[in-house]
Amino acid sequence: MATVEKEQQAVSTNGHYKVIGTRPIRHDGVDKVTGRARYGADTRLTGMLPAAMLRSPHAHANIKSIDTSKAEALPGVRAVVTSADLPDATDRVANLGEGTVNLKHLSDNVLAGDKVLYRGHAIAAVAADNIHIAQEAVKLIQVEYELLPPVLTALEAMKPDAPLLHDDLRTDDLGEIADTPSNVATHIRFEKGDVEAGFAAAEVVVEREFHTATVHQGYIEPHNATALWNADGHITIWMSTQGTCTAPQQTAELLDLPVSRVKVVPMEIGGGFGGKISVYLPPVAAILSKKTGRPVQLVMSRTDVFEATGPTPGSAIRIKMGVDGQGRITAAEAWLAYEAGAYPGSPVGAGAMCVFACYDVPNGKVDGYDIVVNKPRTNAYRAPGATNAAFAVETVVDEICEKLKLDPIEFRINNGAKKGTRRIDGPVYPRIGMEETMAAIRDCEHNRTPLEGKHRGRGVATGFWFNIGLKSTAQATVNPDGTVALIEGSTDIGGTRASIAMQLAETLGIAAEDVVPTVVDTDSIGYTDVTGGSRVTFATGWAAYLAAKDIQGQMIERAAKIWDCDVTAVDYKDGGVVGPDGKRFSFKEIAAEAHKIGEPVIGRGSADPQEPGGAFGTHLVDVEVDMDTGKVTILRYTAAQDVGTAIHPAYVEGQIQGGAVQGIGWALNEEYFYDDQGTMRNSTYLDYRMPTTYDLPMIDTIIVEVPNPGHPYGVRGVGEVPIVPPPAALANAIYQATGVRMHELPMSPPRLLHEILKQRASNGDQ
Amino acid sequence: MPTVFIPPSLRKLTGNQERIEVAALSVRDAIAELEDRYPGVGPRLCADGAIKPGLSVAVDGNISSLGLLQKLKPDSELHFLPAIGGG
Repeated sequence: MATVEKEQQAVSTNGHYKVIGTRPIRHDGVDKVTGRARYGADTRLTGMLPAAMLRSPHAHANIKSIDTSKAEALPGVRAVVTSADLPDATDRVANLGEGTVNLKHLSDNVLAGDKVLYRGHAIAAVAADNIHIAQEAVKLIQVEYELLPPVLTALEAMKPDAPLLHDDLRTDDLGEIADTPSNVATHIRFEKGDVEAGFAAAEVVVEREFHTATVHQGYIEPHNATALWNADGHITIWMSTQGTCTAPQQTAELLDLPVSRVKVVPMEIGGGFGGKISVYLPPVAAILSKKTGRPVQLVMSRTDVFEATGPTPGSAIRIKMGVDGQGRITAAEAWLAYEAGAYPGSPVGAGAMCVFACYDVPNGKVDGYDIVVNKPRTNAYRAPGATNAAFAVETVVDEICEKLKLDPIEFRINNGAKKGTRRIDGPVYPRIGMEETMAAIRDCEHNRTPLEGKHRGRGVATGFWFNIGLKSTAQATVNPDGTVALIEGSTDIGGTRASIAMQLAETLGIAAEDVVPTVVDTDSIGYTDVTGGSRVTFATGWAAYLAAKDIQGQMIERAAKIWDCDVTAVDYKDGGVVGPDGKRFSFKEIAAEAHKIGEPVIGRGSADPQEPGGAFGTHLVDVEVDMDTGKVTILRYTAAQDVGTAIHPAYVEGQIQGGAVQGIGWALNEEYFYDDQGTMRNSTYLDYRMPTTYDLPMIDTIIVEVPNPGHPYGVRGVGEVPIVPPPAALANAIYQATGVRMHELPMSPPRLLHEILKQRASNGDQ
Repeated sequence: MPTVFIPPSLRKLTGNQERIEVAALSVRDAIAELEDRYPGVGPRLCADGAIKPGLSVAVDGNISSLGLLQKLKPDSELHFLPAIGGG
């Protein structure tokens, strides 16, 4: 990132606002760069005990017995827990903000009951005087297993004779439950128009099958939880989480306690990307604390994170698309099978809704399947489900363009979704910016610069993500010096302290630096949903806007009292109150006056906005392929995205760049390597290949602003959609460079080289 | 009148109709009318007095957090979609 000079930071790039569109230094910046910021594993409490976890070495097995007696007898061991210590979780579903969860599955995932369903599945935990004793004690726990064959891919798990993970799981087709057990948890279907007639009208029909590997979010900071079960029955948990308010909900449900008994103190978070919404450690740490009467800390290792927390699903996808002689899409079909991992709940629903979301498809059909396999339960990862689907459909679109000799950007503009387009899943789009992102890429300097050289290629792809709204709360206290203390419940992952504070500042007409934002614990702020779904700047920003409007109203009342006039004679504008006869107080002046004559001024805002505004992103990439090794080098990369309104452009750019880089890793290198027994063979960052700065050029960004009509400042979510286009854009670039169409992720050197050699062999080359 | 878009998986209960107009002022009313006219549809969409887990209702293109309580306009469209979460 280029350094932005102080003078530039004060100039709004938007032009409509004074604060929005500027680039102030983030409020938490100093703590972050000086190392003072406190993360979960930094938590130190008097008398705190470390704990270690026993995890399954097998991917699929019945647990015949667990004997913890030797562990408990080890000197220095303070407590041991197994699933027997968890309350019996009935097979009921709990609503936990962003979605629902089957509590039996959640409980079994926290500590396995009578069956382990993936390698790394937690079985027991030990708290001891030090971590070495705890780790030794874990080795003394004796578990008798009855080994079962694992099933590791969606297609294998769908076979009639596949090993079953759950004897009681039957396919649910919108409430119609199948008669026999299966690994297929759910089937969904969308239809629009007459698909057969649509394909009959097509001049070109392309049908292809795609496969994507299991990949991890790759956050730097491992999961952690420090719990204190106090003698008064209240539990406090210090942890790294995207769900400050949903983590206590999940923990309380699992421990069968009222949610008011569980307080979460959200520590700084070292990345999440969707992977830190589910609860793994807090209930276990809490029970160990209850048993010992002392605070207990659990911290995962990197291998634990890979093997036992939710990656994004591997998938198998079939796409069929027909286009007529005028280059119009006539019909499209998709079949998606997503691996849910050990328990149902893959993002196949979102994948099915996103797969053709960028296009105006008159006739379409989409089938989606949620499949359990012997891998860790999948979890959200930036635009969950959308990237898999976009890789498939955008590759088919590119092939169709080649066959019809159509420019792939113009094809997408001509067939692109716009206001009024009805998606295959039904809803009609409001004002969206898909076309604008395509036009921005078409007109950018990168696209207008010819790409020359051998084995070089350029690819383009587009992507969609819904974004979500949900609930948020903000509270702002006006200080006598005219600054405002803002408290909120959204864990700050991507600079949202700043983007929320800026919306409050804009509304009050004060400087962003005059707002001091703090993320607080769950006893100190109203309910706030997860930091996920690209919702925080949208929804918590809206709550801050409402808090500012509340303050405006109170300041008007206070000014009316001082000026001895009716409140209707006072208005709030340009950062202050104005009254009769040209009277005016700036915000700082009225803040000081208000402090003298009445109760403290505290603004409150709570929001549950319903129109998050979908986001589109289009990416353009140039690559060079080493034909002897299959290595792909990215030469140039440009990402355009409709962000609604960029509140803090630097963080918007950072989100786009970060999402693109994660998509590049997913595309070119990242994957879980499993052996036949379901053991991940690359569960460290030495072997799980993520891109580094050495692998990447600068990711150029183009911010497109089509304001969301459903937000006071036009905000759309930003953080997720940039991960969607990269795999397809890269696959299309690789085709241009090599003539090889890649249908499987990752397009790693051995896999690409294999396809290059196959092509040479089929061409009769040596 | 508001229009309910019937998910493909339910169409065998509605005589294969894809869209059904309902004289309803809320999502709750709409589903009640569907159940009256096409028995069996209601339990496929609702459980325990709420939209079923894993399912959401979109009214005029937006997922409603009010669920059954969501008010409808005369020209509203209702869609029943998989519940989604973000990352």
